[in-house]
Amino acid sequence: MDELKAITEYDTTQYIVIHIGDEQYGIDIKYVENIVRMQSITRVPNVQEYFRGVINLRGEVVPVMSLRRKLELDDDVITNNTRIIIIKLEANAPIGVIVDEVKEVVTLENGSVDSVSRSSKKEENSYINGIGKTGDTLISLLDLNMVISE
Amino acid sequence: MDVSQYLEIFLDETSEHLQSLSDQLMILENEPENEDTINEIFRAAHSLKGMAGTMGYKRMQNLTHDMENVFSEVRNGKMKVSSHLIDVLFQALDALEEYKNTIQETQDEGTNDNEAIIKELQQILDEGTGAGESGAKPEAEKPKKTEASEKAPDAAESAEEDAGDAKWKSVKLQEHEVSVIKEAISKGMHVYGCTVYIQETCILKAARAFLVFKALEELGEIVMSVPSAQDIEDERFEFDFSIFVITESSYDQVKNAIMGVSEIDHASGEEILADSAILSGGEDESQAADTAADEEKPSAETAPVPAQQSAAPATTQASGGKKNAGAGKPVVNRTVRVDIEKLDVLMNLVSELIIAKNSIVSFSNAVNEGTSGFNEQIEYLESVTTNLHESVMKVRMVPIESVVNKFPRMIRDLSKKLGKKMELFMTGEETELDRTVVDEIGDPLMHLLRNSADHGLETNEVRVQRGKPEVGSIFLDAYQDGNNVVIEVRDDGNGIDVEAVKAKAIERGTITPEQAENMTDKEIIDLLFLPSFSTAKVVSDVSGRGVGLDVVKSKIEALGGDVSVKTKLGEGSTFAIRLPLTLAIIQALMVSVGGEKYAISLGSIQTIENISNEDIKFVEAKEVIHLRGSVIPLVRLDQILGVESTKDPDGDLIVAIVKKGDALAGLVVDELLGQQEIVIKSLGKYINCSSRLISGATILGDGEVALIIDANVLI
Repeated sequence: MDELKAITEYDTTQYIVIHIGDEQYGIDIKYVENIVRMQSITRVPNVQEYFRGVINLRGEVVPVMSLRRKLELDDDVITNNTRIIIIKLEANAPIGVIVDEVKEVVTLENGSVDSVSRSSKKEENSYINGIGKTGDTLISLLDLNMVISE
Repeated sequence: MDVSQYLEIFLDETSEHLQSLSDQLMILENEPENEDTINEIFRAAHSLKGMAGTMGYKRMQNLTHDMENVFSEVRNGKMKVSSHLIDVLFQALDALEEYKNTIQETQDEGTNDNEAIIKELQQILDEGTGAGESGAKPEAEKPKKTEASEKAPDAAESAEEDAGDAKWKSVKLQEHEVSVIKEAISKGMHVYGCTVYIQETCILKAARAFLVFKALEELGEIVMSVPSAQDIEDERFEFDFSIFVITESSYDQVKNAIMGVSEIDHASGEEILADSAILSGGEDESQAADTAADEEKPSAETAPVPAQQSAAPATTQASGGKKNAGAGKPVVNRTVRVDIEKLDVLMNLVSELIIAKNSIVSFSNAVNEGTSGFNEQIEYLESVTTNLHESVMKVRMVPIESVVNKFPRMIRDLSKKLGKKMELFMTGEETELDRTVVDEIGDPLMHLLRNSADHGLETNEVRVQRGKPEVGSIFLDAYQDGNNVVIEVRDDGNGIDVEAVKAKAIERGTITPEQAENMTDKEIIDLLFLPSFSTAKVVSDVSGRGVGLDVVKSKIEALGGDVSVKTKLGEGSTFAIRLPLTLAIIQALMVSVGGEKYAISLGSIQTIENISNEDIKFVEAKEVIHLRGSVIPLVRLDQILGVESTKDPDGDLIVAIVKKGDALAGLVVDELLGQQEIVIKSLGKYINCSSRLISGATILGDGEVALIIDANVLI
């Protein structure tokens, strides 16, 4: 038992830290395929509201969603720092997520990640599966499956 | 022996043989005397047996062996084909199919011996031939030789002069061969006739025979052989062959040379002298008759062969069958089996090439001046890529035959099971579709056919009462229609009773009585495609659990096609499946709506019209136009796509007339951008386009993404 605990404590995960407004979110790096600059997005009519459309990623058509819209925040303001993070949860099914800014990559010890209290009724909490800390700042770790699914 | 590497080929070929057996059995059921068919079945059974044996699937081998035995009797005219026999044979086929599936899954044939079927086959065999086969056989075949052949087994070793053993004596020599032999004899050479017997356990008999030939060629010259050298090389012979050798050596030397090859059982021969009967050209009537028969049908050779060989009539017959088939067998296509993934890679490369070509085209349009040579090259590139694309597409296309050819059997079984007489007529089996589509349409078609057989066709009594032919007809017609392939399943049965469907829908609570009032017949019939909806009063295990039509619909839609029904009460119904011919690259019309670019498949576009505002009429508050005698509803794409049209609302409208089957619709667009070959890309699984209006996306020459509008959903 102790041994097990030791392993999990020293196990680490790398996260890409992104900014959405004032908050910082972490995305598990193993799901990140690519990070690209904002580019022209082709709108797709009659689809879920949070989808901005599709982009051409080196010959592949990749759907792009807005994290802000998904989290029900103010709509994206496209700046020079805006990036699209290409995430691949499954093979052959990439999806782009628009973020305000990509800041850095952090390595968090799994043991230092606090779980989120599930009793919290706030909607957006369901997209977060943990809180990590680097220095003074808190990073909300995104549950990508929840973010991407309906 | 490690045979796993052959497993795939074995499975493929087994499927082919099983299919051929099934087809031929169907024919045989109607024409029990058809010899070609009997031969074909025999061959297929024999090949299956051989393959199963090689792969070490003993149970499968046993079963096919018994099937083969039965057919060998049928072929010899000792047995008539009865409908009971056909039933048992079909059971045997099913059992073989099962073996095949088990092998496919586990690489092992399983433990089902199918004793019942084997027993039944043997019973049929016993009844059919009237006695134990081995004894009766040589007798019936050639009473003249009975004596010789009966004592042959014991005598075989010692009595080499025995007429039954020395088959070479009955070989009819051609004139030039006779003259060659005579000349050799006159020159003082020895000429020997000899029949060589290979051990029956020998696996590589062709190789052994080859070694015999080689050994003899060292001693002298082989004048001729029966069967011919070519046939021996192809293993088209039983366990013996006869040769004539001209040599200076003695007979013992020749014999030692032959016996020096391993797995040779024995050889029987003697020197041919100038006055030998064999050189005088058929003095003996019976020999002449024998040899004449030899030439036509090698299986007649069985006659003089010792009984031990007649006891295995099946194998003897097999070689005869193969030979007979030589002429009649259809020419096999020259094909290579290619992994579909490799084709996918090729396809993707072609896609990229087309995208690259498109960007060069758009680039050249931009720099247009002083580049006529450049344009020529682009046109050339364009024609090359188009041809390349077509070729690759064609490689992926396979005829639907492989799917539909199992249906006649199914209908036959259904006919028996349901106690209704029915017949299936198929046309257009050669229609080709993309491999991936063909693989998927089997089940939906099967559902529809079962539906027709079970629900569609009335019972024979009712049919007679209604003045219809007693035997119900089901039609399966496939044909190409523009960029689509249509497969229709039609029956001349009762048709769909709209009122019954309506009543059922109300009873089930699917619709309210008020809703039902306002629904058209077509809308009501479409209810049949809802999950869990079945109108059959009796639920049978054929169909009627209501799992059919909705599965059909969802499957076909997943393939990018659609299903429609036409029906007339009392006269029958038609289910039409419409599938896209190509999946990956299409010719499209590029249009712009509200500043956005969209592609519409050129296949669905009929004409482009300029319509002035005054020509728009209203029917039921919907905009329509009158065009060459038909009333066509207008679809304002800008509203549907949720954008603002950039066009002057008072100006003429640009309308693309699209069609789906017989229905038409006019799509109002802002601007036409031209025709282009586009590569269809999926939008991915995350985007949920509820209206299914957008069927995919494509990448344009400038790297921009344009969406593809599926005009079918707008009609």
